Amino acid sequence: MTNEISKFQDPGLPEHVHRKTDIDPKAADRAERQVAILFVLSAIFTVVAIYSYIFIPDDRFFFLPIMGDTNAHQLLLGIGMAFALLFIGLGLVHWAKMLMPDTEVIAERHEFRSPDEDRADFVSTVKVQAGAAGLGRRSLIKRTLGLALGISALTPLVMLRDLGPLPKKELEKTSWKTGTRLVTDPGDRPIRPEDLEVGAVAQVLPELAEGQERTLADIGKDAVLLIRLRPTEFQLDAQRLSWTHDGIIAFSKICSHMGCAVALYEQQTKHLLCPCHQSTFDVTRAAKVIFGPAARPLPQLAIMVDKDGYLVAQQPFTESVGPSYWERSS
Amino acid sequence: MKKSERIAGNVAGYVDDRTGAAKWLRKNLTKVFPDHWSFMLGEIVLYSFIILLLSGTFLTFWFDPSQRDVIYQGSYEPLKNIEMSASYASTLHISFDVRGGLLMRQIHHWAALIFMAGMIAHLMRVFFTGAFRKPREANWLIGVGLVTLGIVEGFLGYSLPDDLLSGTGIRIAEAIIQALPVVGSYLAFFAFGGAFPGHVFIPRIFTVHVLLLPGIFLALITIHLMLVWYQKHTQYPGPGRTEKNVVGYPLMPIYMAKAGGFFFIVFGVTALLGAVASINPIWLYGPYNPGQISAGSQPDFYMGWLDGLVRMAPPIETHAFGHTISWNILIPGLIIPGILFTLMALYPFIESWMTGDKNEHHLLDRPRNNPNRTAIGAMSLAFILVILINGGNDIIATHFALTINQIMWFTRIGVIVIPPITFVITKRICLSLQRADREKVLHGRETGRLVMLPHGEFIEVHEELTPAQKFTLTQHEQNRALEVPASDANGVLNPQGLKGKLRARFSQAHVEQIPAPTESEAKALEGGHH
Repeated sequence: MTNEISKFQDPGLPEHVHRKTDIDPKAADRAERQVAILFVLSAIFTVVAIYSYIFIPDDRFFFLPIMGDTNAHQLLLGIGMAFALLFIGLGLVHWAKMLMPDTEVIAERHEFRSPDEDRADFVSTVKVQAGAAGLGRRSLIKRTLGLALGISALTPLVMLRDLGPLPKKELEKTSWKTGTRLVTDPGDRPIRPEDLEVGAVAQVLPELAEGQERTLADIGKDAVLLIRLRPTEFQLDAQRLSWTHDGIIAFSKICSHMGCAVALYEQQTKHLLCPCHQSTFDVTRAAKVIFGPAARPLPQLAIMVDKDGYLVAQQPFTESVGPSYWERSS
Repeated sequence: MKKSERIAGNVAGYVDDRTGAAKWLRKNLTKVFPDHWSFMLGEIVLYSFIILLLSGTFLTFWFDPSQRDVIYQGSYEPLKNIEMSASYASTLHISFDVRGGLLMRQIHHWAALIFMAGMIAHLMRVFFTGAFRKPREANWLIGVGLVTLGIVEGFLGYSLPDDLLSGTGIRIAEAIIQALPVVGSYLAFFAFGGAFPGHVFIPRIFTVHVLLLPGIFLALITIHLMLVWYQKHTQYPGPGRTEKNVVGYPLMPIYMAKAGGFFFIVFGVTALLGAVASINPIWLYGPYNPGQISAGSQPDFYMGWLDGLVRMAPPIETHAFGHTISWNILIPGLIIPGILFTLMALYPFIESWMTGDKNEHHLLDRPRNNPNRTAIGAMSLAFILVILINGGNDIIATHFALTINQIMWFTRIGVIVIPPITFVITKRICLSLQRADREKVLHGRETGRLVMLPHGEFIEVHEELTPAQKFTLTQHEQNRALEVPASDANGVLNPQGLKGKLRARFSQAHVEQIPAPTESEAKALEGGHH
């Protein structure tokens, strides 16, 4: 190819240019002093760090622009440590750049490919050695070994079984039952409709029976958001409307997308927004998804008032709360 | 002989008597490494890994990886007497009651961010310069493995304090596990020892975070570096640099001082960040409670793209035969990331298939000289950037007075439209840069000096490049496209079928470039008007 022949030729490594420190002993001495100063500075900052650790009380704050209130102990300890390290590094690099030889060295590279006879020799050796073991001929050994090795991996896998219980119907269940009182979170006080003004939001949990403890796993399924609108603002079918009480509507607070707490309520638009992935639910239309990745509305909890005037659940949730899973039927 | 020399001699003799390593050591202590700033990116990753090991060990002395309930009694007043997990309480203890504890926590977190950012920058350097080509494909695969594990390790790390923000992250991870068809709810219950959040997850991921994954990292990094050592480092093209040599400086003393010094610089900068830049102030978030959340929940940046992808997913679920498949979780959470990382891992093999290039390469490409690869890289970056923007859509919305809906729709459309546009533009830019190189070689560098000729004509003086510059700009190989065999010996039309056609098309796209100027062209021009 003519292109190859007339390519620009490699002029080779450029001639080495000496640094000032190579030819002027004074400059070299100066560089040596600079390196030494950097190392001494490092040592000083180590002293700063240790002094700060021992003598500056860790509850003293002072104001710095941009950073705001800053803990003196933490700041000076950190700065001492940081500059102690930095100056060692700068000193080493300065030393290398100024005083160590800077002539470029050429090392030869060799192709990795072995000569053909070596490769052939290798392959034939493998064949001979494998043949000696009878791997090719004794297929019974080969197959049973494969079986044993493959199946032996099952034991450790099976032994992971006790990592946790089977899900059974766990994901479908919550603590809400017919007649369970709604109580405030935090506070655990039962709620009357008149406690909530129009436009108000409250997080509620099911009331605990005597001596019962509430776990985080319970909260992860039971958390409910109570919102009060004007009854005329709802656009619900008759059944869903019957699940509300005097403008108060209750939804699972656990997002139907990935289980975050749906905690942002926009009073003006009556939208609920999940801060994790911005799924947006319309409260007036039974938490219908109007934006974002959630595919299902938040489950609605049917509520009513008991004989003492407190809000209670009419029935358990009619569907699983929280994110979807394979066995979920709706 | 000076005393120090005698001692050094004795030590060397002692070692050699027992190992016979004198020759090997001599050769390797003077091993030559090429010099370039971009070769320091991988070093930053290695050093921040060491910083992570050191600072992480410090933190384990006080951290209590347990989800048992405790009542906080430490010195941070706002959380006093509040019920929380032992892991959150001990993280508060490290932050407020262990001197230097907060500094170490912040160094650890900053080092993790630098570790990830460094890996991504190093990966980009290796990609855009073609350093992954034969014989370095194995190191590319190890690198992709390290990035993947790094994401997991970082996520587990910031999940350990069990604060409200990190607990929300775990909640999302649990939802992804739960969404797996058939086995999802079983795996979730096994991982969490029952219903989310349970009491066993933090201790379990602690073991993975401090033992299992760091062990794998250590092994992979060791193999990675041994291969770099054995195969010798790649180098940028230039005068005196060929496929058959390495030009640079010896390990001892230059690189011992430079690389050793650089370790201290990286550590120093990380410590400075830990001292002055607050990161992950977990005491502001409070303990985790699945019924609560903070607005503006954001993961660390290396998870942000994944979160952005999940946020932009269309709300699709399949409900059939009493079962549910959450495409809105599976596609952005598993399928697309799986495809991305698989393509990334396979890229060296895909490129060599497209070009038919089976040669060893030790000279790096200038990105412009491989327009197709550079464009593929830019396209991938554009994709990641668009979804990363969507990962921060709530923060961007509040800072730039936009609505989340605007950003979401911009990125939903942008993620499809912007990458191909980026591909085309990048390829054009590369070809233009090649043209500019050609101009420079043939007509010299534009000096900006205007000269008036005696007859009144103005010309700009062009300065001829040095032979070294000309060589650097023209040394790259320019491959020709593979041809589709029209028919084989038996007269069968296009024996490779669609695969062959496709390969020829890819190959054609890959070699599209401006012909590098040759000496004869330059001579012909000289004979002409100059």
